[in-house]
Amino acid sequence: MIPEIGNFAIMLALCLALVQSILPIAGSFRGNQRWMALARPAAYGQFIFITFAFVCLVYAFVSNDFSVAYVASNSNSTLPVYYRVSGTWGGHEGSLLLWTQMLVLWTLAVALFSRQLPQETVARVLGVMGLISVGFLCFMLFTSDPFDRLLPAAADGNDLNPLLQDFGMIVHPPLLYMGYVGFSVAFAFAIAALMGGQLDAAWARRSRPWTLVAWMFLTLGIFLGSFWAYYELGWGGWWFWDAVENASFMPWLVGTALIHSLAVTEKRGSFKNWTVLLAIMAFSLSLLGTFLVRSGVLTSVHAFATDPRRGLFILVFLTIVIGGSLLLFAWRAPKVGLGGRFSLFSRESLLLANNVLLVVAAGTVFLGTLYPLFLDALDLGKISVGPPYFEAVFVPLMIPALLLMAIGPFVRWKESKWQDVWRNLRWVGAATLLLALAAVVTLTASPMLVFGLAVAAWILLATGWQLLQRLRHAPAGTSLLLRISSLPRSYWGMLIAHAGIGVFVVGVTLVKGMETANDVRMQIGDTTSAGGYVFRFTDLKDIQGPNYTATQAVFEVTRDGKTIAIMKPEKRLFTVQNMPMTEAAIDRGFTRDLYLALGEPVNKTTWIVRVQHKPFVCWIWAGCLIIAFGGLMAALDRRYRVSRRKRQEEGSAIPSDPLPNTATARG
Amino acid sequence: MKTRHKRLILVAAGLATLALAAWLILSAFQKNLVFFFTPSQVLKGEAPHGRAFRMGGLVEAGSLKRLPDGVTVNFIVTDTAQRIPVVYRGILPDLFKEGKGVVSQGKLGQDGVFSADEVLAKHDENYMPPDAAYALKKAKQANQKVADTLVTGGTQTKDVK
Repeated sequence: MIPEIGNFAIMLALCLALVQSILPIAGSFRGNQRWMALARPAAYGQFIFITFAFVCLVYAFVSNDFSVAYVASNSNSTLPVYYRVSGTWGGHEGSLLLWTQMLVLWTLAVALFSRQLPQETVARVLGVMGLISVGFLCFMLFTSDPFDRLLPAAADGNDLNPLLQDFGMIVHPPLLYMGYVGFSVAFAFAIAALMGGQLDAAWARRSRPWTLVAWMFLTLGIFLGSFWAYYELGWGGWWFWDAVENASFMPWLVGTALIHSLAVTEKRGSFKNWTVLLAIMAFSLSLLGTFLVRSGVLTSVHAFATDPRRGLFILVFLTIVIGGSLLLFAWRAPKVGLGGRFSLFSRESLLLANNVLLVVAAGTVFLGTLYPLFLDALDLGKISVGPPYFEAVFVPLMIPALLLMAIGPFVRWKESKWQDVWRNLRWVGAATLLLALAAVVTLTASPMLVFGLAVAAWILLATGWQLLQRLRHAPAGTSLLLRISSLPRSYWGMLIAHAGIGVFVVGVTLVKGMETANDVRMQIGDTTSAGGYVFRFTDLKDIQGPNYTATQAVFEVTRDGKTIAIMKPEKRLFTVQNMPMTEAAIDRGFTRDLYLALGEPVNKTTWIVRVQHKPFVCWIWAGCLIIAFGGLMAALDRRYRVSRRKRQEEGSAIPSDPLPNTATARG
Repeated sequence: MKTRHKRLILVAAGLATLALAAWLILSAFQKNLVFFFTPSQVLKGEAPHGRAFRMGGLVEAGSLKRLPDGVTVNFIVTDTAQRIPVVYRGILPDLFKEGKGVVSQGKLGQDGVFSADEVLAKHDENYMPPDAAYALKKAKQANQKVADTLVTGGTQTKDVK
């Protein structure tokens, strides 16, 4: 009964989504107040019904209702309850529902926090989000209903893929989807602005905090995915340039370009068309990413042949969203003015360079990810594009972006003198070179490693120097604490995120350049060493988990005779799907991770063991978290909120960012 | 500097970046594209020498052997029509099993042995690497032609699954 109610809730939500999309947008053009006023209540209603449906599906999982086909293929009665909950989004249908849940959550947030916006804008933004919701709800109802019954019911479920039975996988998809779907807000604002023909600084300022929050979630989501792959896949790699990872990385790259471009549009009024285009691209890539990962196209492009409706629907939906918004763009863009002019050496032009590099990088990832699929779909041959391609292309494109990133904050808007920047940065440059020289002398490392460290030092030093300069130029006589707190949060956000990139580069460089990995045959009592640590194989046990059996090896790790850690890697066998899994043991540290994974048994007391020493790998994760924190800080900037409060106090009589045709359209 | 000059320089810089990116992509693409071949194609000499490629099929039952060093393994990949010996040093993936699908990436030696530096197995019990499935399908089609005239052929692996 409950699955049917859930299904019904989705249908009701679809009706509300139709109301939310059609009437308010039509009303915004006809000046019909009542129609526009429908947007908010429809959004609230949709949120309630989708949340209700989501809870129904979770309930079906928790109560082991194997008469629901989706539950039967993604859960099992022996599965611990928290994995049963996360199993809700372990497959295609549930992921779509999670996506929609995130969408209505963002819509709710927009509906709640948009009191200060003109009614037309609210109606259009919520309307566009409603349209997206209509698309997803139709997709769910017509091709991938999570509540489809399986009759007769299965005796027990097929279990959740063991790789997904992990804490990281409970959190990763919701965060990633928060990011993906968050770009729909930026998209909706852009489309709404195109509809109204008002691409101005006010539009950029309104969509900026939303875009930043979405970008922060996407950063966290990608970080968690990488973090999960690192410890769960058993290989100790943290990024594989796998199609699934690339699918989430492309919107991130374009989203990063977008938040920088939005800054230019807000501050200087330039890049308007470009910003709109980026918002459309970021959301389109988010859609593409969702479908790539969840539709089964990666497993085999011919998977669609088994259910052509899904593939067709996806293609039609993508065509409507991308084609429709680009058409609107082509129609409206020529009317948009150019905005503030800027000279060749100015912050604008550096940010333009940043944008070009990031978008080109996203393009190369796009090519490498989709070209093999494209060839395969047309039966033109089977090829694969591996990490060497991505590394050969991506790294050279990112190096200029990284070098320019440190310079950018020192360059003025509109026009800047390179002499000033040079005077500002020469000592930072000298310090960087000195550090690089020191690294050459002491580390006897490869040139690439030294170069990577130098880039990181350049970013970190310049970012720190920028902060010092800014603090020094504050009004005299104020205390340091006051100076620190008087800096805007968006400025802090930028510095923090840039520093995070520096930390990230340190981690990547050192892991790539200095990690060691050995596959060793070890018998109980044997020792092996890596990175100055000695690993002694002391014991082997059989253990029993809730839905798996495992062999656990015990290793004693010593350094200079002192015991550092006891590590217990496991080889698990998940009984329902008869699927073996490597559970690596990791001893984490500030300057290195030790990573042990069991390969396969040779005989009763001997295993092949992979022993890895990974210097500074946690700096990669720290870097990601710092970057995301920077995004959060920037989103929390006071000017996004104070202006609202001010306007509330002043009443609607004096809008602080007057829009040309707001007053007239209200009539 | 006149505005027009500035804009020209900007456009030129943009184009130069794009050209550089295009060049990087194309050269990297050429160097790193990995083509896929079935064992039958490899034996026919279609696969390149001295360049990495991917080969997929089934791990022949009973062919997996571990060398005394414990880390190097030998096995045979078959598409049920032809067989190619493979040597690999390292830990095999969790789901590597005799009689199951596998895709390996590496180079073909002069002695006809494929030395793999990467071995990929299927992700779960039902799923075979698409490339391996493709190899089997290809071989099946070839076998069908033989079977039309010879009646036998193509059945020796039936008991494996």
